[in-house]
Amino acid sequence: MPDNTCIAELSHVSKRFGKTVALDGLDLQVRNGELFALLGPNGAGKTTAISLLLGLQQPDAGSVSLFGQSPHLVEARRQVGVMMQEVFLAPELRVREQIDLVASYYPVPLTPDAAMEMTHTTSLANRPYGKLSGGQKRQTQFAMAIVGQPKLLFLDEPTVGLDVQARELMWVTLRKLVNNGASIVLTTHYLEEAEALADRVGVLGKGRVIASGTVNEMRGLVVRKQISCSSQLDPELVRAWQEVEDVRRAGLKLHITTGDAESVVRRLMAADPNLQELEVRRAGLAEAFTELTQEVSQ
Amino acid sequence: MSAISVQVRDEFTGRAAMPARRLLNAYFTEAKYETVRMLRTPAFAIPFLGLPVLLYLLFAVVIFGGAIQSDLQAGPFIFTAFAVFGMMGPGMFGFGMLIATEREQGLLKLKRALPMPPAAYLLAKMLMALMFAVIVMITMIAVLPLVHMPLSAGQIFTATVIDVLGALPFCAIGFFIGVRTTSRSAPAFVNIIYQVMMHISGLFYPLPRLLRRIAPIWPTYHLQQLVFGALGGKSQGNAVVHIAVLAGLTTLLTALAVRRLARVG
Repeated sequence: MPDNTCIAELSHVSKRFGKTVALDGLDLQVRNGELFALLGPNGAGKTTAISLLLGLQQPDAGSVSLFGQSPHLVEARRQVGVMMQEVFLAPELRVREQIDLVASYYPVPLTPDAAMEMTHTTSLANRPYGKLSGGQKRQTQFAMAIVGQPKLLFLDEPTVGLDVQARELMWVTLRKLVNNGASIVLTTHYLEEAEALADRVGVLGKGRVIASGTVNEMRGLVVRKQISCSSQLDPELVRAWQEVEDVRRAGLKLHITTGDAESVVRRLMAADPNLQELEVRRAGLAEAFTELTQEVSQ
Repeated sequence: MSAISVQVRDEFTGRAAMPARRLLNAYFTEAKYETVRMLRTPAFAIPFLGLPVLLYLLFAVVIFGGAIQSDLQAGPFIFTAFAVFGMMGPGMFGFGMLIATEREQGLLKLKRALPMPPAAYLLAKMLMALMFAVIVMITMIAVLPLVHMPLSAGQIFTATVIDVLGALPFCAIGFFIGVRTTSRSAPAFVNIIYQVMMHISGLFYPLPRLLRRIAPIWPTYHLQQLVFGALGGKSQGNAVVHIAVLAGLTTLLTALAVRRLARVG
């Protein structure tokens, strides 16, 4: 279970690339034993935040600590496993060899065979990495991330390219790792992944944490609801209604965001007697996320 | 903040300690897989392992077999030419093109994020190049009985040690190019310098006077003099100067490249 010990921290961190502000006084803490999901639109600063925590970049201002040390120290990183986005590994090496190589960096690693068993990659052991499918490559990288028995795992979009079954197998392994005391920082575009796995979610927008909390707390931040229906009504007409915050047309469907669903439904029914497939939903993490990040960009 | 840091440090430092045996194993494993992967890359292994000995046979037996028997300097000269030629490729191409590619494709970034011992990446590539150098020398020594050239075992051994160590300046050149170029431009840069050094440093044939004067700017020239001398040839210049130039060039380019790699990645 998570406790309150902070094992990795960005404190008032700013980072610029030329004129672009990537991080703007960011504060972020990873606690012992938690699965923390970092969400945010492209360019929000997720990858920069992780790069700083791994010592791949220097902050312009603020401080970075990894297990109470500088992430530039190899001793700090010996407790860390990493799965990056878009990495190209030596195609000539076989899967077991790739895992064996990474295992050699750690004091007390798993055997490559144990890591392959945990990540369901045993059948790939003797295949050259270059001959694997995209999903198999991700699974191999996952095995490489866990083979050192790290205390903290950084996983950048780990399930991109995996089929549904492989993704669920990875989720099961992630839960096992957390149950055994590991901490995980996960960035993902699949909000259902954060909903399914995360103890805590942080939403980044424009280089700052704009919201953080449990998945339920995040949903609760958003009182708005989503109305969907098939209707011929002009979206601009609906947009003019006082209670309506946003309208989107997708084919025959109208998607309406509102804080007062009941009033809007009454007006919709009155304005379009032929209206069909009416659906009202409380916002999920996806809507909470969109709404929060839109607020920041406005 | 500081209280938490201290507490965390005490709790975790023990786990992160790496016994010396494991550390040595990390260096060894990195070098092993670097060599394995290059041996499995036919486009790299075949030309760099095969070409020096094949060209040597062509020139020393087929073309100049007669000249070697009548001219005592010709045998060591041709052997030196291809022995030095064999040292250039693995270092320059192995470092230059691979590092440029691996920087771009994120492999180097992953390795920097992982707790790979800091020098392992470079040492592994260096040992790979030296391993290739040793194999090249073994193949060339293996065909010596076909060439009529009286050499003592001591001469062959000394020349081999000098020549294999002489691969290091070429590693440094490749390393420097690798950190300054992209994967697309690296082959062009490596090739230009490789070809120029091969042809205008006097490695294969006597040079006109002007080129002979500027030959000492090329590391190939200095290595050639050392190896040629070790084989009993009439070498030019002072051995200490040759060694100093080669060592200085290696140190300078490696230092510049390491600095660039640490700053820019």
